[in-house]
Amino acid sequence: MSEHSSSLMPYVLVLVGLLALTALTVLVALVDFGHPWSDAVALAIALSKASLVVLFFMHVKGSTPLIKLAAAGGFFWMLIFFAFILSDVLERTTLVSGWE
Amino acid sequence: MSETSSVTVHAPGLAHHFDSYEQQKETSLLGMWLFLVQEVMFFGGLFVTYVYYRSLYPHAFNVGARELDVLWGTVNTGVLLLSSFTMVVAVMGAKHGSRGGLLAGLWGTIGFGLLFLGIKYVEYSSKWEHQLVPGLNFDWHGEAARGIEIFFSLYFGMTGMHALHMVVGIAIMFFMLRPAARGKWTPENHNFVEGFGLYWHFVDIVWIFLFPFLYLIGLASE
Repeated sequence: MSEHSSSLMPYVLVLVGLLALTALTVLVALVDFGHPWSDAVALAIALSKASLVVLFFMHVKGSTPLIKLAAAGGFFWMLIFFAFILSDVLERTTLVSGWE
Repeated sequence: MSETSSVTVHAPGLAHHFDSYEQQKETSLLGMWLFLVQEVMFFGGLFVTYVYYRSLYPHAFNVGARELDVLWGTVNTGVLLLSSFTMVVAVMGAKHGSRGGLLAGLWGTIGFGLLFLGIKYVEYSSKWEHQLVPGLNFDWHGEAARGIEIFFSLYFGMTGMHALHMVVGIAIMFFMLRPAARGKWTPENHNFVEGFGLYWHFVDIVWIFLFPFLYLIGLASE
């Protein structure tokens, strides 16, 4: 997918991939993988879809290092945010269960 | 300005404080990306709130999610993905100097965006009728009521904030139509169009995460 390509075809393929992953995430939601695997599968598919959008629709693939750094920075910040909240809630759930 | 002047002749569409189109473009897009990183932080707070309350009320969240319409949610996901594609068409049109392509892409994105909001309106109306709107019209009794109320607070907070971003985006696109038709954006400088495209795709990404965690949880287990 070169930056100077004028063909829409690669983007059509990305769109088809995104729609297929949407169908997939609905289908696997009908299967009970048990906790926390159903969430993990849904998250993995959502991350795949987001990656397709970021890399191809938002042209991060083929962009300058500075743009890549900014995009990666946003993602890395979310990782830290979720790592810390999960380290809290995963430990704390047992303590507050029944708290209404 | 004479060609023989020692003063640099400004190229069309190149602001005087930039050396080249490439530098101008990277500056413009970097600014947009930093804005989006800030948006990631903003929506990140909402998602972390979701994770926290879902861990407290896992069963209530699954029960609450069953009140959402999976079909409408799936259709709307497809509509939003199509709008991202038409946005790509718009940016590509601007990049190759095709006013027709740019305008078709903008109109397509506006159309799919409005369709998404229309479906959202149908969904919100149904939630109102079923008394599932916390703070205004909520009536659910039973042991899971508190968790379900929190689920719907998050549902309206997150999808509402997402929809607000779409309303803003659609409004900006309407203002882009006239300059687009007049050829304001050129292959050398269509940074505004490309930057706006980044914003629109970001809003799409937010929905990609909202959809499974609001509509699909508990589908198999409840």
